[in-house]
Amino acid sequence: MEISNIWYFLSGLTLLSALMVVLAKNPIHSVLYLVFTFFCISGHYVLLNAQFLMAVNIIVYAGAIMVLFLFVIMMFDLRKNQPESKSNLTKLAGSVVAGSLLVVLIALVRQNNFQTPQVEGFVSQTGMVENLGKVLYSEYLLPFELVSILFFVAMVGAVLLGKREAGERNF
Amino acid sequence: MDLFDSVFLAKASFIGIVFAITLGIAAYSTYFERKIAAFMQDRIGPDRAGPFGILQPLADAVKMFMKEDFIPANSNKWLFIMGPCLSMLTALMTSAVVPFGDTITIGDVTFDLQGIDVNIGILWVFGIVSLGVYGILIGGWASNNKYSLLGAIRAASQNISYELAMGLSIIAILMMTGSLSTKAIVEAQQNGHWNILYQPMGFIIFLICAFAECNRTPFDLPECETELIGGYHTEYSSMKLGFYLFAEYINMFISGAVMATLYFGGYDYSGVDFVTAQLGATAATLIGAGALIGKALAFVFIFMWVRWTLPRFRYDQLMGLGWSGLIPLAMFNVVVTGLGILLDQQILIGIGGVVVFIAGIVVYDQLFVKKKLA
Repeated sequence: MEISNIWYFLSGLTLLSALMVVLAKNPIHSVLYLVFTFFCISGHYVLLNAQFLMAVNIIVYAGAIMVLFLFVIMMFDLRKNQPESKSNLTKLAGSVVAGSLLVVLIALVRQNNFQTPQVEGFVSQTGMVENLGKVLYSEYLLPFELVSILFFVAMVGAVLLGKREAGERNF
Repeated sequence: MDLFDSVFLAKASFIGIVFAITLGIAAYSTYFERKIAAFMQDRIGPDRAGPFGILQPLADAVKMFMKEDFIPANSNKWLFIMGPCLSMLTALMTSAVVPFGDTITIGDVTFDLQGIDVNIGILWVFGIVSLGVYGILIGGWASNNKYSLLGAIRAASQNISYELAMGLSIIAILMMTGSLSTKAIVEAQQNGHWNILYQPMGFIIFLICAFAECNRTPFDLPECETELIGGYHTEYSSMKLGFYLFAEYINMFISGAVMATLYFGGYDYSGVDFVTAQLGATAATLIGAGALIGKALAFVFIFMWVRWTLPRFRYDQLMGLGWSGLIPLAMFNVVVTGLGILLDQQILIGIGGVVVFIAGIVVYDQLFVKKKLA
């Protein structure tokens, strides 16, 4: 089996499940399709020989963030909090905005001829853990440290928001 | 293409054998769970089906399949079916990276006794474990029952909380081995240099997290009978319930195998060289695979032992232990391991870390915790 056939199949599956995220009526189904989309993207990482990114994508997105999404959506009573259907004017405005964005994006892609990566100089081991770690801790050390500070600040903020004040009701 | 075919065939049959062993052990774990429970409570346990009741798992399977398969009226049918399937799938997928033995040669084909030797090895385990909660979450929600939903939500938050401490305890192992590959981790522990000697604290943290991830007592709050009827599988019947219960036993066995791989030397056993000299490399490898399975079964026994010994935690105690107990402890362990590697005294510093930790707790207890006057 040609590897490009796998790529076409995987891309089709990714697009289909991404579309279903938007089209599904039930929010729970929507989230599950999103999880499936993340799996397809992980499959693309495997095709690029980036196993580490594949594993981290699954652990962080599919394993942690989407579980929390599902968690929050399950906590809502969906039958009571159904959003009222949009009027025709809103639908029209929405399609105009989305359509013009699509036109702009297509024009952008057509204007810039994106270079295809060189096949000869491609190192298949770039995505392996050791190489990725070495690059992160030498060449991109400063951005890496800045990102960790950002995460730390976000974490402190989340803990502060979630903290019960003294005298507040204990659920 | 001939070589590819034979290696492929060998791998396929190996995976089939692992699958069969896992299912067999999971089936007989249910029997031994009941026997051990009976022994601890001074009862006899199952003794009707066959001698000593050893056909009990078969009888249970027949019962599970023959019972009426009921789907609640207002449930979400497809998700209701998907829940147990996902549980089973994720439970079985983890064993792919566990190295059951060194290379084995049959005819002129040499292959590893491991499903896939990827260089992300332990991250694979971690990823699949973090997916394991989906089966419970989806099943609990699709049942359209408040108790099921509460069980599912408990499972989700418990799994996410304990994953953090589990990951941090693995980091200490990775620091020592310098590789994510499970095969490399096992090879670094050959000839008795088991990680348990270097990482006593990391092992304790990992063990506690494994209990929480498998939803076993004392952390079985998602299916806590006294509060939630049956938890996430309240509405399930027939083989769908069977799949949920079965997935739990598979998880126990696989997490035992993972713990043996990470901390107890994997397929290492004393006297490998002697056996290799006497019986040949293939026999030595097969005995090694047996040793790994034996270690995993010892952990399964510990799981059962703890279940029938300790009472269940309260939910806020569970969360408190995870977040403010195990995570800081795991971070302390990472620092201690780093110090050990820096000074090249890993065993000494590892034991020293445990001593400092216990001394710290005792001092804290003496100074700050108010004692109730008797």
